[in-house]
Amino acid sequence: MVSLNLNGKTAQFDVPDDMPLLWVIRDVAHLTGTKFGCGMAQCGACTVHVDGSPLRACITPVAAVAGKAITTIEGLSPDASHPVQRAWAELDVVQCGYCQSGQIMSAVALLKAKPDPTDADIDAALSGNICRCGTYQRIRAAVHRAAELAKT
Amino acid sequence: MHNVLAVLLCLLLAACGSSSNSPDAAQTQAAVAAFATVQQVFQHLRCQNCHIPGDAPLQFDAGLPHQMGVVRGPAGHGAPGLPCSSCHGEANPPESYGPNAPPGAPHWALPPPEKRMVTKDLSAPALCKMIQDKQENGGRDFAALLKHVSEDKLVLWGWNPGGNRAPVPVPHAEFVAKFKTWSDAGGPCPAS
Repeated sequence: MVSLNLNGKTAQFDVPDDMPLLWVIRDVAHLTGTKFGCGMAQCGACTVHVDGSPLRACITPVAAVAGKAITTIEGLSPDASHPVQRAWAELDVVQCGYCQSGQIMSAVALLKAKPDPTDADIDAALSGNICRCGTYQRIRAAVHRAAELAKT
Repeated sequence: MHNVLAVLLCLLLAACGSSSNSPDAAQTQAAVAAFATVQQVFQHLRCQNCHIPGDAPLQFDAGLPHQMGVVRGPAGHGAPGLPCSSCHGEANPPESYGPNAPPGAPHWALPPPEKRMVTKDLSAPALCKMIQDKQENGGRDFAALLKHVSEDKLVLWGWNPGGNRAPVPVPHAEFVAKFKTWSDAGGPCPAS
């Protein structure tokens, strides 16, 4: 039994200690916004936040984050009003969408660490998030837009 | 007569000074020999992949540039928004995750940019000087260096890297003993 604080709610999960956090989030807690991509921390689709820092959920044993505050894409805001979500919608960033929850979680982590990022900052922070549709230019523009929205 | 006494006194003082303050030739010779093992460990890929002159860490036993454009960052913990801890946890992932899951150990990081502690491609004398230079090594004296190589969990990971990664080949206890032999003698450096 593992205790997790998932998007502000604490719950017990009857899962093996070595089950990947991603499995618990998607298959047990049924929060399917976080995606499985590569399963080896190579693509970033499974990015969540643990105690405010980004983490690849696919290679993290659930016991390693017991008792910590986990935020998934569903927990960013109750109504998609987070500045990064608003910027993503405004600039119509998404194409197929599969990677975008991971992209957004990484963008949120970047803006928390660096509220006014340069293009180079964005490239460095999001280089671990792969987009097969190639929406990188819109992602970069949306991060800049989110930085502006966060100040309003 | 006075001259003879003065010479004898000087010889006596020199002998006392030599025996109490500095290692003898045999100890120095043993320490320099022990440094070869220290060098072998410090320049093993498990250590050297992150003790690099540039800003892109290396990975795998081939020492390739880290995938995904990973960088050292302002404090050695990766780029803002993409810290090393995004993928490198507190411990190696379970074996069931496969050989390609990223390894982990506490405080996974590179040295900070202002103190890079570069070991890659240094000659033995240069490495020897760098290790004990407090301007380069984070202000560590020999006691702190010995503690670092003996106990630091990220250092110890080099002997248990998991996956397909080659561990440091020298047994850890032997490495620590050689390091102590070298540091107890004041860190003498090889000539070449």
